[in-house]
Amino acid sequence: MGTVLETKNINKHFKKPIDFHVLKDISFKVKDGEFASIMGKSGSGKSTLLYILSTMDTDYEGELFLNEELITGKPHKELSKIRSRHIGFVFQFHYLLSEFSVLENVMLPAKKLGSKTYQEIEHDAMEKLNMLNIGQLAKKRASRISGGEKQRVAIARALINNPDILMGDEPTGNLDSYNAENVFQIFKRLKEEEGLSLLVVTHDLDFAKRTDRIIEMEDGRILS
Amino acid sequence: MTNWKVILSIARTHLLTKMKSTVTASLGVTFGIGAYITLVSFMTGLNHMLDDLVLNQTPHIHMYNEIEPSAAQPISLYEKFDGGLNKVHSIKPKQSQLKIHNALPILHYLKDQKNVKGATPQLRSQIFYLSGSIELGGNLVGVDIMEEVRLSNIQDNIIEGSPEALRNTENGILLGSGLAKKMSLNVGNRVQISTIKGTVFPLKIVGIYQSGIAEIDNVQSFANLKTVQRILGEPENYITDINIKLYDLAKAEPMARLLEKQFKIKATDINEANAQFETGSNIRNIITYAVSITLLIVAGFGIYNILSMLIYEKMKDIAILKATGFSGKDVQLIFMSQAMIIGVAGGVIGLIIGFIISRIIDNIPFETQALPTISTFPVNYNPGYYIIGIVFALISTFIAGYLPSNKARKIDPVRIIRGT
Repeated sequence: MGTVLETKNINKHFKKPIDFHVLKDISFKVKDGEFASIMGKSGSGKSTLLYILSTMDTDYEGELFLNEELITGKPHKELSKIRSRHIGFVFQFHYLLSEFSVLENVMLPAKKLGSKTYQEIEHDAMEKLNMLNIGQLAKKRASRISGGEKQRVAIARALINNPDILMGDEPTGNLDSYNAENVFQIFKRLKEEEGLSLLVVTHDLDFAKRTDRIIEMEDGRILS
Repeated sequence: MTNWKVILSIARTHLLTKMKSTVTASLGVTFGIGAYITLVSFMTGLNHMLDDLVLNQTPHIHMYNEIEPSAAQPISLYEKFDGGLNKVHSIKPKQSQLKIHNALPILHYLKDQKNVKGATPQLRSQIFYLSGSIELGGNLVGVDIMEEVRLSNIQDNIIEGSPEALRNTENGILLGSGLAKKMSLNVGNRVQISTIKGTVFPLKIVGIYQSGIAEIDNVQSFANLKTVQRILGEPENYITDINIKLYDLAKAEPMARLLEKQFKIKATDINEANAQFETGSNIRNIITYAVSITLLIVAGFGIYNILSMLIYEKMKDIAILKATGFSGKDVQLIFMSQAMIIGVAGGVIGLIIGFIISRIIDNIPFETQALPTISTFPVNYNPGYYIIGIVFALISTFIAGYLPSNKARKIDPVRIIRGT
C-alpha cells in the first residue's frame, strides 16, 4: 500500500502578536485508502496543520510529500494546480459561491483545471450530486438550500476532480446529528467504494472513533 | 495557462447578480465620460468659433508699404561726421508711395510658391460715402472677389446678395452692414462715393457685408479691384496690399521675414497681428483641459471606490476560489475583467450620451448680431476627443480595478477561512 501524504518534521511559528510555536516536529503518514482523523482540543494546532497539508499555507519549516513527491518550496502557481488536481477540501462552513447554482459550484474546480470538456464536467458533476442524493438541487441557487444540503454540495465540489485525498476541517462541526451522520456515511462510502483517502479534523469523538485511525494532538505535538 | 472562459463566466455572474453596483459603477464612468465629451465638444466649438471670427479676418501674411521714417538718415552716410554724435530733430516719414512696387510680378512669384495656397491683391482707399449732404468717412477695398471667396470666409459674411453678383457688375459694391443701416440703403439701391480728391462716383449695391465686428462694418465696403483703380484714376498695377494664405500656418512667421528681405516691404504674419488674441485663446484652452481632466479623475475615483467595495464583499468567494485551485492571478483576472467590462460598457454609453447632448446643444438656437453666420451653438465633433474619452475610461478603470484586484490576488485564503 502506497503513501498518499507524508510530513517530515513540520514546524510552524505564529509571529504575531508574539512568537508562538504552534506545530512542533510533526511527522506522520496517511496511507492509500486510509480514513484518518485528527483530534485535539482547540488551540492544539490541528487546523493549522491541515491548512499546511492542503498546501494553502506555505509558511512553515519541514517537508511535505504528496504521492511521495516533495511539495514544499514549489511556487504558488504550481501549488494551486496540485491543489485542484490532487486534493479535495471540505470546510466547517460550506463556503459555496452563493450567486452560482449548485451545479456551477460543483463544476467550477473542474472548469478551472480544464482537463475535461464542458459536457464531461457537467456529466461528472451530476454523477457526484446524484451519488450524494442531491441531484434534484442541481439548478437551484447555492444560497437557497439547507445547511446539510450545502455541506453535501461542498463534498461534491471537493470530489469533482477525483482527488487522491479528501481533507475536512470539522466538516460536521456545524451540522445537526442527523446531517453529521449523513456526512460520515458519505465519507465511509467514498473510502469503501472509491478507495479514497480521507483526513478529517474533528472535535466529535463518536465521529473519530469510527475512523480507521485517530491522530491525537496536544500543544502542537502528535501524541499517538 | 489561463482559462478565460471560466474567468469570464465568473466575472459575468458576479456582475449580473450584483446588478445594482454594476449599474452604479458603469453610471459613474458614463457620466464622467459623457460630461467630458459634452464639455470638450462645446468649449472647443466655442473656441473655434471665436478663433475663426478674428483669425479669418486676417490673412496669414499681409504685405503692404508702411509709412515710416528712413532707418538711416542722410547724415550717417556722410563720412566726415563718422564717430560724431549726430542728432536729427523732427524726422519726417520718408516720402514714398502707398502702392506696392512691382506688385504684379510679386503676385506671380507668390502664386508659384509651393506652400502658398493663394495670394490676393487688394487696393485700400479712403473714401467718403455720400448720403444727401452728409459725408461718411470710410474705406473702399478693391478685391479680386472670386479669389477672396476661395481663400477667406468672405462669403459667410455676405448676408445679402452674392460674390458672383459683384464679379458680374462692374460698378457694384458690397456695402458694410453698418453703413447700409445708417444710410437706409438696400441691395439694388445706388450709393454715391467720393474720393479724397473729390471725384464722385455712383455705385450699385449688389450685396451687404457684415463681419460681426461693428468697427469694420461701419466703415468698410468692397468693390472690384479694377473699379477702385478706375475711381482713383490709377493704372492696373496699382495695388496697396497683398494678402497671402498658406497651407501651413506655422510657416507664416519665417516666410513673412523672408518676404520683407526679398521685396523690401512690410510683411506681418498672423501671430504678430493677433498676439493678444492668442493669449486669450490659450487661456481658454487651459481652462477646458483643466475642467475635463478634473471630470475624468473624479470618474476614476468613483470606479475605484465601487470596485474596492465589490472586492471586500467577495472576500469569502476569493478564499474559496483559491482553496479550490484558482491561482491568485486567476482571481485578479476575474476582478480585472469585471472592471474592464464596466469601463468599456460605461465608456461607450458615455460617448453615446456625450454625443447626444452635443447634438442637442448643437440645435439650441444661438443668434447674435455679431455673428451673422451662426444660428445655433457651435459644437466641435472632433473624433479625437471621443478616442481620448474611451481611452481614459479604459485606463482609469484599469488602474481602479488593478489596485483592489491586486489585493485580492495576495489574500491568504487560510486567514479568511479561519476568520482571523
